[in-house]
Amino acid sequence: MSKEWPLWEIFIRGQHGLSHRHVGSLHAPDAETAVKNARDVYTRRNEGVSIWVVEAKHITATAPGDKGPIFEPSESKIYRHPTFYDIPDEIGHM
Amino acid sequence: MYAQMVKSTGQGVKSLDEMDPVEREFQEKVDADIRIEPRDWMPEGYKKTLIRQIGQHAHSEIVGQLPEGNWITRAPTLERKMILLAKVQDEAGHGLYLYCAAETLGISRDDMTEQLLSGKMKYSSIFNYPTLTWADIGAVGWLVDGAAIMNQVPLQRTSYGPYARAMVRICKEESFHQRQGYDIMMRMAKGSEAQRRMAQDALNRFWYPSLMMFGPSDANSVHSEQSMAWKIKINTNDELRQKFVDQTVPQAEYLGLTVPDETLAWNEEKGGYDFAEPDWDEFFDVLKGAGPVNNDRLEARRKAWDDGAWVRDGLLAHAEKRAARKVAAE
Repeated sequence: MSKEWPLWEIFIRGQHGLSHRHVGSLHAPDAETAVKNARDVYTRRNEGVSIWVVEAKHITATAPGDKGPIFEPSESKIYRHPTFYDIPDEIGHM
Repeated sequence: MYAQMVKSTGQGVKSLDEMDPVEREFQEKVDADIRIEPRDWMPEGYKKTLIRQIGQHAHSEIVGQLPEGNWITRAPTLERKMILLAKVQDEAGHGLYLYCAAETLGISRDDMTEQLLSGKMKYSSIFNYPTLTWADIGAVGWLVDGAAIMNQVPLQRTSYGPYARAMVRICKEESFHQRQGYDIMMRMAKGSEAQRRMAQDALNRFWYPSLMMFGPSDANSVHSEQSMAWKIKINTNDELRQKFVDQTVPQAEYLGLTVPDETLAWNEEKGGYDFAEPDWDEFFDVLKGAGPVNNDRLEARRKAWDDGAWVRDGLLAHAEKRAARKVAAE
């Protein structure tokens, strides 16, 4: 059997100035073809104005088991949110 | 439904108390509607059943291009041709989203393709019926995509993250498919007498095969019970079929067409229609490969796979050569 084309992760930036967002993946022999195929598969209905492709094997991710140690510390730091502070009504919007 | 008769572990559903702590944590997440992601722990049976179900769904999208592709060159106007091309292209995309979702479970796309071609994996029974006239393209969009939507909308809430996300994209695109089908039916039903007859004939031939898409009653099936506990199946086959009939009958009436079921009657008490079951012997025959065009469908897929081999290999060889040249230049 022949070798399978590598897997690429596809990121698209929509029209309204937001960041590129992961939309899915596809197989392609190289980056150029991945971009062309991503255009055909993921932007058929005006979904975007810019495409990034990254070969899936180059992505490093957090492990599901590390969710606690990595993300829990931020849960207790409520003073990082504006709602932590009481501002008197007479001050108005801040 | 694009996935029919998907087998799970074959055992009954375990209670939380019978599970070890890891499986229990998994089931509690599912119960709380927290999505399961590719690298999370999951029971072997969950993974296997999902591969079967998503794979079958993906194959259905791909094989489903064939009955419609049959009419691209013969569409009655340039506009209809462009619309049909866009629809068939969407089906390819849907297949791709689903193959990618299945791949996150550790099976390769080529592996799935080969299992389809060898007959080990199935696709929906509906695509083993031929599209004989242009009205069939209308009936396929209206009834077949209508039945698919019925099944796919709840699957947007399925427990497996990549599957649920693929379904969200698919559902967004699918409603165009059903509306374009109904648009064809409206035009035919209100056209000449010959066109009206063609529309009625398409409804006659596609009605029961569309009801079969949901699969036989699974009210007492252990597979369904398990799949529902895992939230990879949200409704029973009968629930979805009832919903489909209730939605479709008024649409047929609007067209002035007759649903080919003499027993069809509104049942005030249950708030739905009573209707005749399709011929389940025919359904099982089609699944086994004896439908009108099973052989043509698989033959077409095999030919596409074999004829495309040199393109897949050639593009990869070219990419590797260029990558090597780039390394040498650095």
